[in-house]
Order: sequence, then structure tokens, then C-alpha cells
Amino acid sequence: MTRLLLTGNAAAAWGARLAGAEYFPVFPITPQTEIIETLGQWIDTGEMEGRMVTLDSEHSMITAAGAAAAAGVRTFTATSSQGLLYGMEMLYTVAGWRVPLVMVNVSRGLSAPITLEPDHNDILAARDSGCLILHAATCQETVDALLLATRIAEDQRVRLPVIVNLDGFYLSFTREPVTLPDASLVNRFLPDLDPGDYAFRAEKPVSEAVAVLGGGPYSYFRYEMHLASQAGATVFDEAVGDFQAIFGRAYEQVQTYRSDDADVVFVQMGSFATKAQDAVDRLREDGVKVGLVRPFLIRPWPGAALRAALGGKSAVVVMDQNLSMGMGGVLHSEVASVLYGHADMPPILMSAVGGLGGRDIVYDEYAALAHQALDAAKTGECPPPRLLYTENELREMRKFQAIAAVEALDEKEDGS
Amino acid sequence: MTKSSRFERMKDLPSAHLLGAGTAMCAGCGGLEAVKEVYDVLGKKTVFVNAAGCMTLSAVYPFTPFQGSWLYTAMASAPAGAQGVRDALDILKAKGRITDDDDLDVVVLTGDGSAYGMGLSATSGAIERNLDFLYLCYDNEGYGNTGQQTSGATPTGARTSTSTLGFTGDKKDLFSIWAAHDPAYVATVIASEPLDLARKIEKAAGLKGPRLILALSPCPTGWDYDPKDTVAIGHLAVKTGIWPLKEYIDGKITHTRIPHPRVPVEEYLKLQGRFKHLFEPKRDDATIADIQAHVDAYWAEVDREDG
Repeated sequence: MTRLLLTGNAAAAWGARLAGAEYFPVFPITPQTEIIETLGQWIDTGEMEGRMVTLDSEHSMITAAGAAAAAGVRTFTATSSQGLLYGMEMLYTVAGWRVPLVMVNVSRGLSAPITLEPDHNDILAARDSGCLILHAATCQETVDALLLATRIAEDQRVRLPVIVNLDGFYLSFTREPVTLPDASLVNRFLPDLDPGDYAFRAEKPVSEAVAVLGGGPYSYFRYEMHLASQAGATVFDEAVGDFQAIFGRAYEQVQTYRSDDADVVFVQMGSFATKAQDAVDRLREDGVKVGLVRPFLIRPWPGAALRAALGGKSAVVVMDQNLSMGMGGVLHSEVASVLYGHADMPPILMSAVGGLGGRDIVYDEYAALAHQALDAAKTGECPPPRLLYTENELREMRKFQAIAAVEALDEKEDGS
Repeated sequence: MTKSSRFERMKDLPSAHLLGAGTAMCAGCGGLEAVKEVYDVLGKKTVFVNAAGCMTLSAVYPFTPFQGSWLYTAMASAPAGAQGVRDALDILKAKGRITDDDDLDVVVLTGDGSAYGMGLSATSGAIERNLDFLYLCYDNEGYGNTGQQTSGATPTGARTSTSTLGFTGDKKDLFSIWAAHDPAYVATVIASEPLDLARKIEKAAGLKGPRLILALSPCPTGWDYDPKDTVAIGHLAVKTGIWPLKEYIDGKITHTRIPHPRVPVEEYLKLQGRFKHLFEPKRDDATIADIQAHVDAYWAEVDREDG
């Protein structure tokens, strides 16, 4: 067993290496670049076998990755944020090709304004693409998720790309101790890629991704993708079972923390959920019965697992590190969609948006939300959604605005 | 010194064709004719990596006119798709998971909308990486599949559905842009000159690295003429000197056909509805002279360079 101190990015590179990826079409973007640099150095030094090619854009990168996967080669790539959106057309396209591509997205807030630190609007923009999504919260999970992703993507019942998501900076550049899966055991978990009918060979011509005319064939293929994605939940369960048997670490579609006997439960994904975990411990010390539910599997959306984890609770607070403009937190509505109409579901489902562009979410905010949720459970009235922002942050922002002289200009234009 | 070609005379061209009939292309499509002729030379041990355009509708589920393989990508990134397929086949060969017999030639198939515009970045990247592939652009001088809007390939004076008074800019010189990358091979072709086309494709097929073919593709629906005139218009494109047939290899440009004497450009223009406004109701001498002057200047430069 090898135990190393690794950044999230290095963990992702190790995951791709251990998973036996052999082709790496790449394009640099902060904060994922360290992943492709690490892989490139291993290839150059001969530590790892593989072929890396730098494309002209993420759009080209995802095209090349999908095409290589369609030709029957285990392919890995990585991007972030603007890159994911620049390649978004191809993300949908290669999912439609039904190819077992594995990709890492290192989350970063979207432009404008352009920024570097994380939130989840990038990965959630891919939620309808047909790609399966796993969201890692730690460096250990990142390595393990890449092995799981490869196995799930290549399962004949799924045959869809899988994206492993991790948060930029907070996880990508944070070193944590990681137990590397034993390379000699990986083959027991992950057999060689069997391309099946998916391959380009002279003796066996195939036409892939041809046009369809009319809604009948189109709907058929799109429904097939949806059903294959849903089958991913079963395949995930099998994979984590085998993973635990071989490597000893257990995963579930939805990771829970002290939620079994909790009255109030936070729902949050990604590495910021570890802040919620810390808040849960501190609130528990004060006798507040809170817990955390953290979806690890984002697509397919684990509805049954969420109902099992949240059923019977007095109140749920969904912490969204994203913002759907004009609607609110994306996970809040996704959680609501799988709870509504089922028996014994929590009567209070609060929404809080925080952590945009790497903004911290502090203990006091978790505590205030937990107490508000307990009050709401008593009155039966759900408070309106909250956009987390402190007075201090606003004061700092006002200083910036004074320097930028935005307010002064506005006043002149108003004639006031 | 050119190597001898198996296409010495017209009768050497294949008489049986590989590309199936019954595609959704328009009657008289000059692009489809070019694809057919190219395919006859390349053969079916090919995978066509297609970008969005008219030819995307050649393979509509569950039919395909190709006897080899096909992968539709998107409008901008067919060369990147070719990169992925080529690299994958090379990896599989190197690891002994496929034999040389299973290998395929990778062919990008795009229209001018992709080639001159949003696909140019991906094409440039593929050339700079020295990708071993053949690139075929059927150039019908507009976004043909959506009803002939102005593209980077639209020539001066042409009326399109977004330049209803005639395009006032110049056609982009894609041949020179490609050649500036110094790829293994660049050539212009036209289906109405099948012998010239076959020799160039044969030459390209015998080379390694990026090989790019630009096929002017008369388009009855986009250029507004009777489908029976596709070949005649193609002949005039060459005889007027508007479409120079040439190739770039080893840093040198060679014209494979030098029209002499050149037919006046208006003989080419007046057959096409897209240039009708240059003749009716009032003749636009200035624009016609401008187009002629542009062609004359091109050939004067060729003469000067050839000494």
C-alpha cells in the first residue's frame, strides 16, 4: 500500500494513471493544468505509457477524446470552467456517441466576471449532457472516483462518458494523505477495455453518429441515453461493492454524515461540504441534532438514495454553491423534485446559496441556518431562499466600488 | 519530375463507383460529384470524419452511401476528430491490438462554412501537429445547407441570402492559409476536371502527413442555376481562371492547368442567378471589371513567378 501526500490535481493524475488510460488529448486551463502537466511528465520520463496531444481548444480536445474512445482506446482528459463550456457542444455530442470517455472537471466560477476560484455552475451546466457525474470531496475520493468512473463508463449497460468533478483551489491545490490503490489489484477491479461493436476497423466498417430525420428515431436514441444513465446507478452500486472488496474503501451514491438521528440535515456537494461536516460536529457539541447528506453521484441523480437519507427529517437545508439566475440554487430544485409527492418527506426544504467564486461559508452561517430550520420545522413555514453574504463583505465591496467610482458615475447619470 | 500516374487518360478513371446512390444531396450537386470521384481513388479502407454541412445528410440513419466508416462530429472540430481516430489506431497498432490490415485512412469531410470559418483553428492545429490525414473541403461558397448565406468563401459580387445586394468583400484565400502551414500537400480540384482531380488524390494518398484538398463545388440551389449546367460552370470556372487548379508540395506551388487564353469572367458569371444583378436590369460594369481585374492580377503574378 502506497501512501502519499497529494494535491487534488495530482490525485486526479494518479487516478487516470492507475485506471490505465492510454490516450490524453489535452488543453491547459487553471486550475486543472497540473493534472495534464503531471501526466505529461510521467509520459516523458517513461514512468507511464501513453500518448498525449495538445489540441487547439477544449472543443477540439473533447472531440479528439470522444473519437479516440469511439475507436476503442481508453481515453482521459481534464478541463475547468470556461473550458468545459467552450467544449460543451462536444460534451453533449460525445455522450451521444455512447463512448466510455473519462474526464475530470476542476470546478471554477464562470465568467463574467472572470475569476479563478470555484463554484459549481460549470459542472452543473453539464448535468443534462448525458455524461455521468461523480463529485469528489477529498483527494482520496478523487483517485478512487477515477477508477470507479472508468469501470462505470465502460460497462456495456452504460457506455457513456463519466466526469469526475473536484473543486478548484480548495481541493485541486490542497495536499492530503492519499492511499493509492495497489496497481497490481487494479486489473481485478477494472478489466481491459472491450470496445465491442464500438471501433473503426477496415474489415468491419461502421457509421457512427449519423444524422436522423424526424422525432421518432431521435427520441429513441435520446431515451436510450437516459435509460443508460439511470442504469449507471446500479452499475455504480456494483462497482463500489467490488471496490470495497478489493481496496477496502466504501462509497455510496449519497454519502451521509451523522444524519441518521438528525432533525435537520444539510445537503451539499463537493469539498465545501467538509465545512458543513465541521459545522455539524460543532453544532452537535451544542446539542443540535444536525447531519450532512452529500451526493457523490450527481448523474444519474440518486433520487432513491436521497429519499432514504432525508425521509423523516424535520427540515433540510440545501446548500447550493451555484446559482441559476432567476431561479436559485440548482440542487435545491433537484432535491425537491425527488422528494415531492413521496410519503414522510421533510416538510421544510430551505435553500441557501453560498460559496460562489470560492467565497467562504463559515460556521456561523451553518449555525444560523440550522437554527432557522429548527424554527421553521416548528412553525411549518419555510423561509425564503437566502443568498449568503455578510455585512463585512458588503462593507469591503462598498470600498471597492468607491475606488472604482461606479457609484459616483451612477449618481451623475441620475442627475442626483 | 512527377511520378507516373495510373490515371493517364480519362478512360483510366474508375468506371464502377464506390459511393452509393440515393443520398439527400440536391440534383447537380458539384460537391457530391467531387466526393464520389475522391472516394473512387481513396477506396473504402477509410473513415470519413464529417463536419456539419450538406454532406452530413449523406448518411441518414439507417442508410449510408459509404462502404467504409463514418463519424459525424460537429461543425468546428472534424480535424480534431480525425486526430483522435488516427492516434487511437496508431496506439492499437503499436500495442498489437489491431493489424495493419485493419488500419484506415482518416479523411476529414467539410464544407466551406466549416473550413474557412469555425473549423480553421482545428485545421491549423491538425496541420501544425503534422497529423497524417486527408482533408477534403467541398467549397460551394456559402453556408449551403442552410440556404446559402455568406461565408468566408463567398466571392465578390455573389448574391446570397444574407448579402441580397451582392457580397462586397473578397473570397478568403484558404489555399494560401493552408500552404503557409507547410503541410505535406495542398491542392485545388473541381469535379468537372476528373483526371486532374484523380491524379491529385492519388498523389495525396501516397503521401504521409496533412494533405488538404479544396474542391470548388458548383451548387445549383445556392448559385441559382439549372442542375444540368454544373459541369459547364465547372469548366468555365477553370477556363476563366477564376478557379486556378494548382498544388503545393515541398514548398512549391505548381499550376496543373493554365487556361490560355482565358475566357472573360462574365461568361462564368452570367450562367448563375447569384450574379444576375451584375447584368440586369442594369449592367454593373464596375463590379464585373473588378472581378476580371482580380483574376487578371492573379495570373499576372503567376506568370511573373514562373518567369
